[in-house]
Amino acid sequence: MRVALFVACVDDAMFPGTGRAVTSLLERLGHEVVFPAGQTCCGQLHWTTGYRREAAGLARRFTGVFADAGTIVTPSASCAAAVRSSYRSMARAADDPDLERAAAGLEVYELTEFLVDVLGVTDVGARFPHRVAYQPTCHASRALGVGDRPLRLLRAVKGLDLVELPAAGECCGFGGAFAVKNADVSVAMVADKVRHVRDTGADVLCALDNACLAHIGGALSRLRAGVRVAHLAEILASTGEGA
Amino acid sequence: MSLREGEAGAHVPDPSERDPDASGGSGGSGAPADSGGSAVPGGSGGSGGPGGPGGVVGPGSSAGSGGFGVGTLLRLVSGQQGSAARGRGPDGKPALPRFAEAAREALADAGARHDLAESAGLARDRLAAATGEPSDWEELRAAGAAIRDRALLDLGAHLEAFERAVTDAGGTVHWARTASDARRIVASLVREGGEVAVADGPVLREVRLADALAEQGISACDAGGPEGRDRVRAARVAVTGADFLVADSGTVVLLEADGAARACLTLAEKLVCVAGMDRAVPDWTDLEVLLQLLPRAAGGQRLSPQVSAWTGVVPGDGPSEVHVVLVDNGRTRILGDDVGREALRCIGCGACSAVCPVYERVGDHPYDPRGTGPSGPIGAVWTPLARGVDRAQTASLPFASTLCGACAEVCPVKIDIPGLLVHLRGEVVDARRNRPVPTPELAVMRGLAWTMADARRFEAAVGRGSRWARLVARGGRIRRLPGLLGRWTEARDLAAPPAESFRVWWRRREAARRRLR
Ligand code: SF4
Repeated sequence: MRVALFVACVDDAMFPGTGRAVTSLLERLGHEVVFPAGQTCCGQLHWTTGYRREAAGLARRFTGVFADAGTIVTPSASCAAAVRSSYRSMARAADDPDLERAAAGLEVYELTEFLVDVLGVTDVGARFPHRVAYQPTCHASRALGVGDRPLRLLRAVKGLDLVELPAAGECCGFGGAFAVKNADVSVAMVADKVRHVRDTGADVLCALDNACLAHIGGALSRLRAGVRVAHLAEILASTGEGA
Repeated sequence: MSLREGEAGAHVPDPSERDPDASGGSGGSGAPADSGGSAVPGGSGGSGGPGGPGGVVGPGSSAGSGGFGVGTLLRLVSGQQGSAARGRGPDGKPALPRFAEAAREALADAGARHDLAESAGLARDRLAAATGEPSDWEELRAAGAAIRDRALLDLGAHLEAFERAVTDAGGTVHWARTASDARRIVASLVREGGEVAVADGPVLREVRLADALAEQGISACDAGGPEGRDRVRAARVAVTGADFLVADSGTVVLLEADGAARACLTLAEKLVCVAGMDRAVPDWTDLEVLLQLLPRAAGGQRLSPQVSAWTGVVPGDGPSEVHVVLVDNGRTRILGDDVGREALRCIGCGACSAVCPVYERVGDHPYDPRGTGPSGPIGAVWTPLARGVDRAQTASLPFASTLCGACAEVCPVKIDIPGLLVHLRGEVVDARRNRPVPTPELAVMRGLAWTMADARRFEAAVGRGSRWARLVARGGRIRRLPGLLGRWTEARDLAAPPAESFRVWWRRREAARRRLR
């Protein structure tokens, strides 16, 4: 089928490997991927930081760009959650019923939802011979409710040794602007997360949100912990020795 | 009395405490004598916490900044603990620091951090066990939310019905618009006695009853414990809080573990119950659902060890004088906020605090340095809703969350706390939009929105940004960023951005494909 790829602004600029991975994964599975060129940002950062006016503007823009896109797939769980649930709140705060209607008309899937629910696959033919821990980020697990879909996909990856992350459900402390506005608490939280990650002995930590991974990965890197972070899409796209 | 009338909880902000976002200053000194405090305990409700801010540099923190450096990160990761010196403001007065400042101080107290983490772990286990047990927990929550919404929709009418029922039963209802009204009313009711037995509760801490009694020279004793009963008999006057008010019967309902309230209700000659006016429920059917939800969410118990209910004066049994003080103290203001009013559903169980990763690390104090308001996630919405966001401390609270959503998942009355936090962030930002000079953050966010409004503009900005970022990167990592973002790199690296953004790669690939076709 034909899939419109939505690449979060942060992923576009900072983690282009994730979008490339989704593209190659979906094409490998026999689907056509298009990238609507007008896309920029879903407005999540503005919305969660209190800039509702700007957020509503970006949301209107997003619904326009993707209006006729059909099935939309994104590797960013938090952006998927923003479009699917925050747009309604944005529309109500802006008293914009058109936006609410336009948002309701979009068919947005986070990658693992699309793979498991729409395509009905868990074995995507990936090979990734590493010890991997999965961090269920807050937006993926609570706002979106992806449940065990990511784990089912990971379990089907050849050569992958999936290890359980202690206290996995606890927030890593990123929280968008929180990481800067409340940097001390944020760092205290990521310190505990990093400790748990190291306890697993994993070489790779994966998740469905690159921003959270940048936060955890940034702390791991500062500590030279020898654990790298990777978006789950990059693992699923991998067919060889590395990623 | 109409709930929409007047401006309950209004206060005159101390200019020195005005939101300093533009000036970068911290909160002012000197807490206002009285302003809209609020009820509802978040967590244990203890006010324990350090006094004023300032002068805290934990071991391993980056020199001079008082913040976290890599040393702190290393220490935290390795589980080592440090100790911290703490002080008060230079004038010796307690100030009202913003959340981040108070939190920094709380974080430096390694002992308290350890205790908080331990008790949070226990509370979470108990909560999970108690709420996982009933198969209809989710239906109960939905019913609880609907019941509270219904009660709030007609709160004025329910409170009036409550007043009529109490009066008919021989009691007296007093209306307190502010915390100081409540203090004055209670003090005038107990003055004659000279001594009073107190069953402590969140609403009594909210109105700072202890201070009022001390000012009046009234000696207060604890109605709890084995000696409580004798103390209540000797004092003859007793003051309690209240968990629920049943409107149609005029009944005050108290849930407790230690028997203090029960001793007051049964043994005092004069009983004074202080209640947040949000706690009215229409009737006993509604109360029944809440009585199932509250104990499980609060302490992981199936039932409250003691549920006491008292209605007016019963000749020959219990108090011969019964007073109920209904406290507004900002609640009408919350009710007037169409989105924020959901916060008034709160039944004060503390479950949101028990699961909150931020609360777990900083405790009660940063949410309300005066120790009168609720703490934890509900405190972060209740206090700014009740007091407004024109002061630095209250304006900082909606940002004291990662929006992880753990609180909303457990709240027995399904309050969408993350949604309310985002709503309040919007209120804070909108209040700042009218400043003659825009805050740096507003300028950045507007610029960002402008950039994002056009794909080519966005692409050009990404190109410029990543060229610059690769210049400051060393070995693929950025270890230090300027300005606001410097707070990121205090303890976290940033991976250097790639040379080619996704969209540039995509275009290159499309072009190559077209050539092949
Ligand atoms: S969990 Fe809900 S009811 Fe309990 S204290 Fe928090 S907001 Fe109030």
